[in-house]
Amino acid sequence: MQEHISYVRSQMLPPLDPPAGEKGAVKWLRENLFSGPLNSVLTILGLLALYWVLSNALPWLLHSVWNANSLGECRQIIAERWGEGATGACWAMVKARWHQYIFGFYPQYLYWRPTLAFCLLFVALAPVLYTALPRKMLWFTALYPALMFWLLWGGSVWAPVMAMAGFGVMAVVFKLVSARFGVIIGASAGFVAAVLWWLLASGPVTAALQGAIPLGIESVDSDQFGGFLLSIVIGITAISASLPMGILLALGRRSDMLLVRTLSVGFIEFIRGVPLITLLFTASLLLQYFLPPGNDFDIILRVIILVTLFAAAYIAEVIRGGLAALPRGQYEAGDALGLDYWQAQRLIVMPQALKISIPGIVSSFIGLFKDTTLVAFVGLNDPLKGITQIVRADINWKGIYWEPYLFAGALFFLICFGMSRYSMWLERKLKTDHR
Amino acid sequence: MAFVQDTPKESFRLSMLIYDTRYRSITIQVIVLILFLLFLSWLVNNTIQNLAAKDRTFDFGFLGARAGYDINQTLISYTNDSTHARAALIGVLNTLLSAVVGCTLATILGVFIGVLRLSKNWLVGRLMTVYVEVFRNVPVLLWILLAGTILSETTPAPSAYRVTEAMQAAGEAPKASMIFDDSIALTNRGINMPAPMVDNGLGRLELGPISMNANVLAFLIVLAAALWANHLIRSHAKRVQEETGIRPTTWWKSIAVIVLPLLVLGWWLGFHLDYPRLTKFNFTGGMEVLHSFTALTVALALYTAAFIAEIVRAGIMAVARGQSEAAFALGLRPGRTMNLIILPQALRVIIPPLISQYLNLTKNTSLAIAVSYMDLRGTLGGITLNQTGKELECMLLMMAIYLTISLIISSVMNMFNRAVKLKER
Repeated sequence: MQEHISYVRSQMLPPLDPPAGEKGAVKWLRENLFSGPLNSVLTILGLLALYWVLSNALPWLLHSVWNANSLGECRQIIAERWGEGATGACWAMVKARWHQYIFGFYPQYLYWRPTLAFCLLFVALAPVLYTALPRKMLWFTALYPALMFWLLWGGSVWAPVMAMAGFGVMAVVFKLVSARFGVIIGASAGFVAAVLWWLLASGPVTAALQGAIPLGIESVDSDQFGGFLLSIVIGITAISASLPMGILLALGRRSDMLLVRTLSVGFIEFIRGVPLITLLFTASLLLQYFLPPGNDFDIILRVIILVTLFAAAYIAEVIRGGLAALPRGQYEAGDALGLDYWQAQRLIVMPQALKISIPGIVSSFIGLFKDTTLVAFVGLNDPLKGITQIVRADINWKGIYWEPYLFAGALFFLICFGMSRYSMWLERKLKTDHR
Repeated sequence: MAFVQDTPKESFRLSMLIYDTRYRSITIQVIVLILFLLFLSWLVNNTIQNLAAKDRTFDFGFLGARAGYDINQTLISYTNDSTHARAALIGVLNTLLSAVVGCTLATILGVFIGVLRLSKNWLVGRLMTVYVEVFRNVPVLLWILLAGTILSETTPAPSAYRVTEAMQAAGEAPKASMIFDDSIALTNRGINMPAPMVDNGLGRLELGPISMNANVLAFLIVLAAALWANHLIRSHAKRVQEETGIRPTTWWKSIAVIVLPLLVLGWWLGFHLDYPRLTKFNFTGGMEVLHSFTALTVALALYTAAFIAEIVRAGIMAVARGQSEAAFALGLRPGRTMNLIILPQALRVIIPPLISQYLNLTKNTSLAIAVSYMDLRGTLGGITLNQTGKELECMLLMMAIYLTISLIISSVMNMFNRAVKLKER
């Protein structure tokens, strides 16, 4: 064999560059855009669609006008700068009316109050969203609803303090009674005591305290609320109130007790079967029939209650899915450890079920936040329909339609997209299956 | 559990109602029942008191009274002399029309987008992601309002289509012209398009209170017969394929069996299209699809399509990769792999969430109020409510109708789900 080999290379050749079609941009294009006839057609169609959108939208966006007093002026400026027939966005409308989009008709000199409430919201949310923060901060979170209410609506400081005191009454009664008679009786007694406090005692006590120590800030009426302030107030309140309610409903639906289960199922199916808008109309038209005569409370509060009930039914179904996904062994482990029902739920079942249901819960929240725009139909100034209608009715901005919707839509997009990204992050963080 | 009999019989003590698990659940249920009944009676009592204070009664008699208002889109005959009940029925039909058209559009669009989003094509995948994210994260009301505003504010008024003698003399064209060979006109009120008409129609079929168009009925019967024949042809082809391995060509038979009878029926009835014409103030003849309907339905379909696309994507991704690899190994082309292997399996994951999207779309048609489309909320919950002042009755009836529609949709779709579900042990 040896004599046939005339030449043997003794060192490695340096590797050659791949052929032009197999490297860099060309390869990427070929693999990702033109890998076959169908793909090429899709790419071309996609490019055409992109071109169509951009060729219509880009000049319009590039010709934006930020400083003008009316739509006519905007159009005049555009015609002067880019010639007759050019189209452009008139963002001057946003510049002139942004405060209505954010605050509605809230008095201008009081803007610091909703702003402060909004900033404090993040302080209150932080310990819930990020577990790395000290647990002591949760006290502020618990007190925040009353603080927010007081900052936004103003009035006497004693009303929210007394409302919060109801929870104090509940806790004290629960502690005293449950030590002797057990958790169930204790919880019932605490609940009854708190309801009695809110219905009977808190009003006179507030009046008395206000008479003795008048402390308060200027009060703002509900019909002055509007824009994103309204959406966020309704959204945040309903979200935070619907989660515990949804958990209870989900547990009720899986309960062994026939009556509890039937009531939960009936409530959930009823709420899920009717459109939110009929519930909002119930809030504005029917609640006056169901409540004791002469009991006419605030429309925003009524809407919040109905939206909360609505959201709770959806959350309940999401959490029921999480509960159903949990292996049976987890429940059995709880029983084996000798935990009672609530301990097993609190320590074993719920943490896992909630973790499984995070995506569903967050998309319910996103849906709820988007649905807050429907309050326009009961006469509140939501940022989308209510405020835009007011802006478009102004003689200066008559005929404007893309800009207000785009502006409101973009803000909604930012908030909802942010929420969905946060949920993805949370999901990744809590992922414990080592796959 | 074998020890139960061995436990000593102890006398019943009152505290066992709370501490003994055998009795506790009964105790709790009794307490819940009492509380619930108390709550209910409180509500009813309040309602009775409030109604009495306002001098109102609770009765549904107003449904038989004359409605006295016009509805701009009616699927069955209606005049303002009809009753409130019939107006409500018109509203229900309009709601259902919008829901059915919307669901169909959304499904087609959603499946396309969901499949394309998984495509290997980078550009198309990104475009579809943008579509889904944009539509999902913005309130549906925005899409409805925007569609309604664009349709009604950017389209010309009917007068823009007019050609006056002065314009003819000057050789000027009208500001707007009809598209598709002068057959479809887009005005600021709606889309005027040709309507199917028959010369020698069969008249109407009176079945008690229901009056039906016999032509439509004949068409439906012939169509059903044709589809049945087509089904026979296909099942025959399938049998032949299973026996011999060769599938006979069926496409020309299918086309013949479906198209020919319809053509014959159309010829016999004297079928023709009635084109819209511009008269003094507006277009007459033809069929007018109001912008309120188009805006609502298209916006809902586009919005729901984004959700359906995500459901379809999740469903396809849930099918094991090995399935498509096996199909490719057998030599199936990608299109057939999708149709025969992946989609049927993905369908099982897709259907349950799809049901709730259909329900959502149906419920969202109640946003018709934003574009003044006369759906159930516009008729019964809108004008009827305002005219009669029967808030309680109208709202309860409306909720009951929506609830019924929802329950029917979910039970029908659940039946379908059971039919396609994977049959396990």
